Amino acid sequence: MLGEGIAKGLVETARNFFGSYSNKDRLTTVQFPEERLPQMEATRDFPFLVYDGSDWQSGLRCVACQICEKECPPKCIYIEKSKDKKPDFVGKPQFYPAVFNIDVSVCMSCQICVEVCPFEAIKMDTEFELSTDDRFGGLLWDKARLARPNEHYRQIHPTDAAVSDAILAEEKAKAEAKAKAATEAKANPTPANVPQAGSGGTATQ
Amino acid sequence: MAETADQFFVILQHWLVGHVPASLQGVLSAVLSVVAILGVFASLFAITTVLERKGLGRMQNRYGPNRVGPFGFLQPLADGIKSLTKEDIVPQSADKVVHFLAPVVLVLAAFSLYAVLPIGRNMVLADLDAGVLFFFAVSSVMELTIFMAGWSSRNRYSLLGGMRAIAQMISYEVPLILTTVTVIMAAGSLSTVTIVEKQAGYTGIVPHWFVFTPWGFAGFVLFMIAALAESNRSPFDLPEGESEIIAGYYVEYSGFKFALFFLGEYLGMFAISGLGITLFLGGWGAPLPFLAWVPSYLWFFVKLLAIIFFFIWVRGTLPRLRMDQLMNFAWKFMLPMALMNLVTAGVWHFLPHGVLRWLVCGLLVVVPYVVLGRGLMQDSKLGKRVYRFAE
Repeated sequence: MLGEGIAKGLVETARNFFGSYSNKDRLTTVQFPEERLPQMEATRDFPFLVYDGSDWQSGLRCVACQICEKECPPKCIYIEKSKDKKPDFVGKPQFYPAVFNIDVSVCMSCQICVEVCPFEAIKMDTEFELSTDDRFGGLLWDKARLARPNEHYRQIHPTDAAVSDAILAEEKAKAEAKAKAATEAKANPTPANVPQAGSGGTATQ
Repeated sequence: MAETADQFFVILQHWLVGHVPASLQGVLSAVLSVVAILGVFASLFAITTVLERKGLGRMQNRYGPNRVGPFGFLQPLADGIKSLTKEDIVPQSADKVVHFLAPVVLVLAAFSLYAVLPIGRNMVLADLDAGVLFFFAVSSVMELTIFMAGWSSRNRYSLLGGMRAIAQMISYEVPLILTTVTVIMAAGSLSTVTIVEKQAGYTGIVPHWFVFTPWGFAGFVLFMIAALAESNRSPFDLPEGESEIIAGYYVEYSGFKFALFFLGEYLGMFAISGLGITLFLGGWGAPLPFLAWVPSYLWFFVKLLAIIFFFIWVRGTLPRLRMDQLMNFAWKFMLPMALMNLVTAGVWHFLPHGVLRWLVCGLLVVVPYVVLGRGLMQDSKLGKRVYRFAE
């Protein structure tokens, strides 16, 4: 019969119309600024620089090796190496970035900088409400804006942060063991000990 | 008391007009009516846009606009401010005069339609002897403006939209007018006021509306389908199919001209719904005799809102037709049904009152519907779709 399908369709939309007033489960829209869905743990958008301790300037893990700058596909990272050195988390003197800028209007959130960083210094953040009325200065983030404590990283990506912390702890332990071996070797320099310490040093690198 | 409430606006107008010299009274009276129509129907447009968006949202299990003002009811205000602050872009190669005129003439024509619509008892701007004729003459100006917009933009999408609009509107104007003719036959007048008066009175509790006769019911359904097509509403929104030709004839319009197109389109929809009410639903008459104390203009707007809700409901339900389906439906179903309906109305007029009249006229409506419906369904090859190359 002509018109049967139309009548069926009208009944269906009427059911939706009245159902949405009586049954809240039908309305799946999340009223965003007031209601928020929990973020997935793998959420990522823009990179940040991790620092240890309470002072971001001394605790910054970045050693200005510039690998991320070279690897960045859209070339949104700009680093200037410092002239002097400061001790890193192990205590070894390292360069640090005098300037570290990321242009987030260019960044494509690919996470390649995170993957190439040998120092666990750059990680991905989850903050996404970043609109600004200054499209040049407001989107060019300097290292003060980029620096975030390690606690922040533990909070947003607990699994990855645990892995990262384990790697750093292992490296630190190795460095300490090496330093201990070196001091011991220095204390009693027997001829048999010297080549052993040298081979051990290359293996750990 | 009920009489005063009913005639409140008429008395108010007379009182206001009484304050000026006799030579200006006619002009002031007309100006007051025009201002009232402009104000009421423009605000009805504003309310309808937000109600439509909320209603459609609910039909799709969404909230719809709910940010501006309480429950989002100030949304039209925000939309208006937005469209006023937008840049008005005219394409370089457009016919600038026609491009400018199209939205203006559309809104002018849409407002002129209300001149002959009786909104309440004694509430009609111009009781023309040929009111229905005037209505259709002006509504064809609206078609012209749509083609003006499509042609002058010098854009392929606009032109396609304009051509579709002309083809669709001319095709559907035929059944629209033919169904109107049945009412004119029954009422014996082209004046909208007389048509409403002919539908006054009740048998028991059933009002003497034309929709409560076999030919009137069929005519009303046909009229409403044609009205949907005339006002470019879904499922007949081919001229502005967003997914096919972006926005059709008003692709090249921005800012307030775009808003004027929306205004014109909705005003046209209200006007043609108003005509449907006048012709078939007893105009401003109360549906039940004991409800006659409610002011007549309220009944008009209740019926108008009900029809608008139905239009929104249909829009939320049906997908857009294809061009050939649209044309097939107009010429192979609507036109024969409208012609048969003319015969039915004549038979109804000449048969004596009684059961026989109902039986004969009922059959005259149902049999063509079933036969034509079968014919349409045979061609359309309904069923599971077979993909020749994809499977």
